[in-house]
Amino acid sequence: MAETKEHPDGVRIDMLSGERMQGLTSMEKIREILDGVRDGNIVILEEGLSPDEESKLIEVTMTEISPDEFNGIEIETYPRAQTNDASFLDRLMGKEDTAKLTVIGPANQIETLHKDETLISALVSRK
Amino acid sequence: MGLFTGLKNSISRVTDRLFADEEQKRIGIYGPPNAGKTTLANRIARDWTGDAVGPESHVPHETRRARRKENVEIERDGNSVTIDIVDTPGVTTKVDYEEFLDYDMEEDDAVRRSREATEGVAEAMHWLREDVDGVIYVLDSTEDPFTQVNTMLVGIIESQDLPVLIFANKIDLEEANVKRIADAFPQHETVELSALEGDNMDEVYDKIAEYFG
Repeated sequence: MAETKEHPDGVRIDMLSGERMQGLTSMEKIREILDGVRDGNIVILEEGLSPDEESKLIEVTMTEISPDEFNGIEIETYPRAQTNDASFLDRLMGKEDTAKLTVIGPANQIETLHKDETLISALVSRK
Repeated sequence: MGLFTGLKNSISRVTDRLFADEEQKRIGIYGPPNAGKTTLANRIARDWTGDAVGPESHVPHETRRARRKENVEIERDGNSVTIDIVDTPGVTTKVDYEEFLDYDMEEDDAVRRSREATEGVAEAMHWLREDVDGVIYVLDSTEDPFTQVNTMLVGIIESQDLPVLIFANKIDLEEANVKRIADAFPQHETVELSALEGDNMDEVYDKIAEYFG
């Protein structure tokens, strides 16, 4: 993540482009996300994570939860359109359709108000 | 033991194991906390083996370790299907120990429970990636199924090409809405049931035999 600067009066939002994430390994992506979220930032991914990366994100998040310090994450993406599901061959070739905007934030600071296939509405509060 | 007999025995052990692995599948019971996973695991285990799998509770994260019940033999139409059922901790992306204080728990106990709960979720994810051959995804029919955890978990299961059945649990409750669950996951078969009351278990066992047999 770029330089960290405390902003007591606001909430920092980091928008990570697909291009930035493309060159990273799964664990580097997860670190990039969790380091930001643990600093109290909202992280927005242009292209989301693969199912396997989502699985590892949950696992790593769990290992970092600590009472009174970090309660975990809130994560939202648009529900996957059923008709647009990747074919078995695509998945076999590693061409999973992950291009879906994803919002991740600290569980105690972000609350999802509404979610459907075209809209994610979230309330973000300061620490 | 002669060389030939010893060789024959070890070949026999290997083939037994190969066939056993091929026939007997480990079916993970997954879902968010408090969906009734352990109640279902206990219902299945009691119906076919006479034993329970683990304690049930209305307090979230009662199950904090994956528990496997081996050799559950389910009989359908004269045939039998043998599976291992794996009851897993409810999956979530957040655990706050203060949530447990609402259930008359001391702070130390709540902190310990939250720590064990986080370990349990990590363990459940590990089982899902490595050690299950099929999934029963249990949802509480009185709750909104369109949550991120459900979307992610079903996506993870699909990405591994595991056979999956969606179980809409708690249909004994007045607010149950099975259609909402079926609409949320139209690509999978949804079976309604009450694991607590034992409602619709015949169809549950038919589907388990059909999908995982």
